[in-house]
Amino acid sequence: MTAAVSLQRVSRHFGAVKALDEVDLDVGEGEFFAMLGPSGSGKTTCLRLIAGFEQPTTGGIRIFDEAVEGVPPYRRNVNTVFQDYALFPHMDVRENVEFSMMLKKVDKTARAREAEAALEMVKLGGYGDRRPGQLSGGQRQRVALARAIVNKPKVLLLDEPLGALDLKLREQMQDELKALQKTLGITFIFVTHDQGEALSMADRVAVFNLGRLMQVGTPEEIYRKPNSRFVADFVGSSNVLPPAFVHNIVGERRWASLRPEAIHVIRAGAGLSTMSGRVVSRSYLGATTRLGIMLKGITLNAVVPSAEDAPVEGETVTIGFAREALHLMEAEE
Amino acid sequence: MRPDTPRAPWGLKLAAGAGLFFLLAPIALIFLYAFSSEERTYQWPPPGLTLKWFEVTWNRPDVWQALTLSVQVAAISTAIALVLGTLCAAAVSGSRFFGRETISLLVILPIALPGIITGISLRSAFNLLDIPFSFWTIVLGHATFCIVVVYNNAVARFRRTSGSMIEAAMDLGADKFQTFRYIILPNLGTALLAGGMLAFALSFDEVIVTTFTAGQQQTLPIWMLEELVRPRQRPVTNVVAMVVVVVTLVPILLAFYLSRGGEQSVAGMGK
Repeated sequence: MTAAVSLQRVSRHFGAVKALDEVDLDVGEGEFFAMLGPSGSGKTTCLRLIAGFEQPTTGGIRIFDEAVEGVPPYRRNVNTVFQDYALFPHMDVRENVEFSMMLKKVDKTARAREAEAALEMVKLGGYGDRRPGQLSGGQRQRVALARAIVNKPKVLLLDEPLGALDLKLREQMQDELKALQKTLGITFIFVTHDQGEALSMADRVAVFNLGRLMQVGTPEEIYRKPNSRFVADFVGSSNVLPPAFVHNIVGERRWASLRPEAIHVIRAGAGLSTMSGRVVSRSYLGATTRLGIMLKGITLNAVVPSAEDAPVEGETVTIGFAREALHLMEAEE
Repeated sequence: MRPDTPRAPWGLKLAAGAGLFFLLAPIALIFLYAFSSEERTYQWPPPGLTLKWFEVTWNRPDVWQALTLSVQVAAISTAIALVLGTLCAAAVSGSRFFGRETISLLVILPIALPGIITGISLRSAFNLLDIPFSFWTIVLGHATFCIVVVYNNAVARFRRTSGSMIEAAMDLGADKFQTFRYIILPNLGTALLAGGMLAFALSFDEVIVTTFTAGQQQTLPIWMLEELVRPRQRPVTNVVAMVVVVVTLVPILLAFYLSRGGEQSVAGMGK
């Protein structure tokens, strides 16, 4: 498989600030790829480098095995859906979608046909005569999508595509984006700070922090086997165990992560015993209840099924977990 | 208007009426005396009404001279202001650089300063540089404050034109020229039209800066000032004043309407 986008030791510095630092990354053809990280982590800079709005300070970027150094955005076969949609307010929806074809001097009937097809694809058929100002946030985003895909780019970049939408609309758009990507069969790269969004939508996820690429992997790898305390902490709500604690269990002084749902909570007196602790917090999450259990000086998060007789605060409980659930991370200070 | 808005009390209505009367009555008087049959004094009430001053005005070459000069000066200083004001606004809103805020303040300064300061400083500058007073010195003087008007309008519009819109255009295949032609200019268009009209109107009735920067030429407002001191054919001034009011009212109303309409269509783009 050729890489759709390939970054080789790419850095982008703004003065003393290293927005992106020595990043190596390959995104495969036809992949739905997420770049995840908190604000200021470099994920958006990475996207802008691929789009061509920024140039790397050092390193090289290749798009379908073609070096793109110095190639301006308007000559890259890559299109972007902007976070604020960036629709042109003085044009109606059709003119917005036709813009790229108008520049390429495609004839008018072909233009109108393609634009309508793209609008159909985002379920906005018949909206061509409206002005962007007359549309809702969700509809504007669909126009931005139609405008970007009408060009048939090889790679579609999406900057926080669901950020400005409300919760219900966001869930619906997640499914639609996935379906759209399957239909088009092109590479989607999207930037998000929402780990739930990244895990549920993407084929692979790249986690960024402070300009560095921390880990790349499938959602499952990222979730189950985080390689660092940052990833374990940022993706979900894993327990991060200090070396002293891990040493007691496996005899190795290493940091480790342990998923809350991997911990079995056993009521005291049930006979089986591995470790005992005291419940110090309890939050009801619906189907499950999250317990904070204090033992050996740290607090572990555990998730148990919600039930009438779930342990309460102050209660002493015994916990146990399978050895495989304990994931040792790469050495870190 | 909301239906539950309480009706204004009669005292407030009276005050509003008195305010409007105070503002508009003198203008109405100017209009009235354009038809007066008495040519030496503004006696009240006018002894009789006549239309002959319109004919007299039409046939006076000095009126036409002053009017032509004023239109030329206004047109050229507006043109200069449109180019320089827009470029300045583009620089200030399009990038961050050292001294950006200072430049923004310095551009606005000519309209914040009293006209007499601008006038005096320009006059002494022209003297120092040995530039003879001419048509072009008037244009230069007017351009100083016309730039401000255009700049203010353009800067406000630039602020509402999101930077990502320009990136979006480039992303969709537009080079720099096409981005300017299809995205920036149409978005700026109404703001420039409004700014230009306002600048034209400002230049057209300017007196103070003109007195300091003009040589022997008389722009229309200066001509009117001189004319008022003369004893004969006084209503001619009133006729000219009336025509000026009517002619300048149209672009000002249009500018007001355009800049308001533009605000609505672009403001609707917010999230």
